[in-house]
Amino acid sequence: MTDIAKTPSSSTGAALRSIALLRESWIGMLGAGLILFWVLVALFAPLLAPHDPLAILQPFAKPGTLHAASGTTLWLGADNLGRDILSRIIWGSRTVLIYAPLATGCAYVVGIIMGLAAGYHRGWWDTVLSRIGDIILSFPVLVLYIIVIATFGASGFNIVIAITFASAPGIMRIVRGLALDLRNRDYVAASQTRGETSFYIMMVEILPNARGPLIVDACVRLGYVIITIGVLGFLGLGLPPPNPDWGGMVNEARGMAMIFPHMTLIPCAAISSLVLGFNLLADGLREVSLRD
Amino acid sequence: MLILIAKRIGFMVMTMVAVSILLFLVLEISPGSVATKVLGQYASDEQKNIWLEQHGYFEPLWYRYGVWAGNFMTGELGVSHRFKVPVGDIMWPRLWNTAVLGFWTFALIIPASLILGVLAGMREGSKLDRAISITSVLTTSIPEFASAVFLSAIFVFGLKWLPGTSGMINGFDPTQLILPVMVLFLYDFGYVARMTRASMAEVMTTPYIRTAILKGLPYRQVIVKHALRNALIAPFTVIMLQLNWLLSGVIVVEFFFAYKGFGALLLEASLNQDIFVIEACAMVAVFVAVATQTIADIGYTYLNPRIRFS
Repeated sequence: MTDIAKTPSSSTGAALRSIALLRESWIGMLGAGLILFWVLVALFAPLLAPHDPLAILQPFAKPGTLHAASGTTLWLGADNLGRDILSRIIWGSRTVLIYAPLATGCAYVVGIIMGLAAGYHRGWWDTVLSRIGDIILSFPVLVLYIIVIATFGASGFNIVIAITFASAPGIMRIVRGLALDLRNRDYVAASQTRGETSFYIMMVEILPNARGPLIVDACVRLGYVIITIGVLGFLGLGLPPPNPDWGGMVNEARGMAMIFPHMTLIPCAAISSLVLGFNLLADGLREVSLRD
Repeated sequence: MLILIAKRIGFMVMTMVAVSILLFLVLEISPGSVATKVLGQYASDEQKNIWLEQHGYFEPLWYRYGVWAGNFMTGELGVSHRFKVPVGDIMWPRLWNTAVLGFWTFALIIPASLILGVLAGMREGSKLDRAISITSVLTTSIPEFASAVFLSAIFVFGLKWLPGTSGMINGFDPTQLILPVMVLFLYDFGYVARMTRASMAEVMTTPYIRTAILKGLPYRQVIVKHALRNALIAPFTVIMLQLNWLLSGVIVVEFFFAYKGFGALLLEASLNQDIFVIEACAMVAVFVAVATQTIADIGYTYLNPRIRFS
């Protein structure tokens, strides 16, 4: 029992250690900083946004225009309907920071369960699950999203379902590989001898020890999911308007990009900076984990 | 080798069957909405029913799937609801256009990412390595629609050097290819460059490279004769797998630049529930995916004899 009691504390210790180590990688810190910035913006959106994101102020205002009625400056201008772009970017960060982690989280839950089942039990579980995964992965992902969302309609729930369906097999492959390696360790044999259930062994013995590569993968994948949500919005398949959604903002303003480039450039810069944050953080974590 | 190919063909057939059944189930769940998409929102129920009956929608699902599958085997792909022409007439020219786009993209990605990746991996941690690594993270972090917006702002609206759309209305125009190729290049080259760098960096730490350097061979010879050959095995696989990625990557780019390619066709068909076009495109996509994977595997065993003995 003692070593079970020790496991959680040592894993928190390891997590704290890698956070401390991350300080040494300026790339990782830069990425964490970018993410933190957007998380804070999303958290304090009601305080930070100067206007209601749906309020109609002054159509086609260029960045820095003074809005006479309220006496405020529209720092990033307004869109074709006259809505303040800064406020829409700020509120839009909530949309992406809710749906991207939610979708990635769901994909991880499904992927981890499938991967553990395939890698730990092996046998026909492995054959069936791997085959299903291969089939889904051999099909272009974006096409899958588009067909699912075009058929069932664009909503936050459907976006989460589509992303879970398409990303879970990739996560399953990684978890399966790790589980195939970890299942032969002594501590797994020890807990099998102790008579633990296979559910307990998968969740308590194998999963915590597979966390390193999974955390790095989660960062990269979050970046991809943010891109995907942006792309779906850009193709007109994202959250239904008038919700402020970065990809959707680009889609709405696309036809006017020639005369009013700020309407498309600003949301594009926002989405790129957030994805960059996750990719840099993943790089930093990878660098730190190699140093151990 | 023959066993591998036979296995892959088996897998391809299995995948095609699974994907086509799944698509049929998803797309034919509500035939009423198909009729609405074809006839418009203001069509009466009676008109919709006539259309549905004419197109065999009152037959059971398994029967319609059987008819489609039978026709597919004989090369008969059906008629598009959306474009009102046989699917083949519209799909093959579109596929060719995308192949042209893909050819130029890969003609740039392969040399650029291999050269940069090898240079970065040769001296891990050097300033050049850092610069190349950061550039590739930056370019892969910018979604395709965003880099399309950025590049259009610079080259179309700012400098006015390039056309902003690539519809090729007045015949083939190479200048209209430049922006789509640039966007695809930017998004994808970073990944291949990083894989090449990792592979090169790994080779550079092996004992036989150390031996070659220590016995006094010129550095250039060590790189060209000893390191490169082994370092380029992994990128070969990565590049082959990127071909599959290209099929979904082109959707955004073709939509943005109004390029008449495979991705734009697939998008339009999906938005209009044009089942026969979607099925045919999906079969092409599965074929490309499995074929590139197989070529990658065969190439890998050919390039790396160790695999054959293990």
